[in-house]
Amino acid sequence: MSPIVKQKGEKFTIPGKYLLLIFTLICLVLMMITYGTTVFDKAMSGAAGAVVVPFEKGVARIGEWLGNRKEEFRTVEDLLEENAELKAQVDQLTEENTILNQEKYELNQLRSLMQLSDEYDSYNKVGARVIAGDSDNWFTSFIIDKGSNDGLDVDMNVIAGGGLVGIITKVEPNWSRVKCIISDGCNVSGQILSTGDTLIVSGDLELMETGHIRFSRLSETAQEASVGDKIVTSQISDKYLPGLLIGYVNSIDWDNNNLTKSGELTPVVDFQHLSVVLVITDRKQEIEEK
Amino acid sequence: MSVARKITIGISIIVFFLLQVSVFSHLHLGGIVPNLMILLVSVYGFIHGERYGIVIGFFCGLLIDLFYGDFIGLNALICTFLGYLNGQFYGMFFAEDIRLPLWLILGSDMTYGVTVYILRFLLRGKLDFWYYLSRVILPEMLYTILAGILIYPLILRIYKAFEEARDRSDIGRA
Repeated sequence: MSPIVKQKGEKFTIPGKYLLLIFTLICLVLMMITYGTTVFDKAMSGAAGAVVVPFEKGVARIGEWLGNRKEEFRTVEDLLEENAELKAQVDQLTEENTILNQEKYELNQLRSLMQLSDEYDSYNKVGARVIAGDSDNWFTSFIIDKGSNDGLDVDMNVIAGGGLVGIITKVEPNWSRVKCIISDGCNVSGQILSTGDTLIVSGDLELMETGHIRFSRLSETAQEASVGDKIVTSQISDKYLPGLLIGYVNSIDWDNNNLTKSGELTPVVDFQHLSVVLVITDRKQEIEEK
Repeated sequence: MSVARKITIGISIIVFFLLQVSVFSHLHLGGIVPNLMILLVSVYGFIHGERYGIVIGFFCGLLIDLFYGDFIGLNALICTFLGYLNGQFYGMFFAEDIRLPLWLILGSDMTYGVTVYILRFLLRGKLDFWYYLSRVILPEMLYTILAGILIYPLILRIYKAFEEARDRSDIGRA
């Protein structure tokens, strides 16, 4: 672009500084409006979704394929080692399974006695494909290929691999955004399954590379929780359905106040390799209203 | 700037956004993905000048906000300023020189990272800046600059093709 041509362009003559001011004001106004309300949200992201999402579905397949090729570079030793570990685990699990089957039989009998239904199975679920990951390295959320057209709505819980993945924070006709529980600033109310004591599970970027999540404010009553105990979502959460598995206690320590405990837990979900998730279409608020 | 050129820029923004969220999110190294949108804002900023930098930055940021922002405008604001700042180097830009573009991309990504840290982490009381710098900001810069070495020549080729086409039509008119 030579200076001569720049002079010729008559229609675009607002100086850069004023243009910057105008766009800054637009951004500030947008922020103020969309912080509390969802007025613009629907129209603008609806339009963007209509343009981008159809392509995203195709491109996501390519990305997944490339990701799988990358995985194949793992060395054979790694795989052999993992295989041996898994075999040992299979033996252990088979043993556990037989015990659990016996217990299940007993449980079913007791349930029919108490006239309780199995809540976890009775949730309505919809499968969805992950079509886009995150745009930056600070927060962890992803986009799935189903939206309000498929009956999804904000605050619906998302599970995969038997554990809690996150919650839907935004819904458009053909896509939704899921915020992961490992994302920084995300808090879930949970409880230790064996003792019933409640705690808060909070995502933390500083722990993300270790693959753990922090939990805090565990106030114990009679029984003490130990490493390996299951942590599930609690009854008192206002958005998360009760009894969804979050992970296992990895470490546990007294807080400085000597009243509560905190520590780290290992999530059951492999957040690095999510491709298909299940959305529970029952929402906590609605279930309680029924 | 011709309409065809503006459309090309618009398409490239969408293509880079798709690459960023759908392809590179699978090709992460140690959980880090390159920031292609910042790369694009930076490059378009210094090859087209501050006014185009502002407009392109605004739309790139808006696209991120629409899909990933809890509210709309924050990324748009950061990218608008990055576009403007990169536009200040418009006069110093030569197509043959690769060092200035790479330094500008690095600087832009660092500015973006530090701004996000201050606005969304420091204000929540997360004070361990060195952790975030070494774990997120620096790896992202490194990966972005690697992506930049591959992608910048491509953008430059499109830029040169449009420049030549315009020169030819100018000569034809004269």
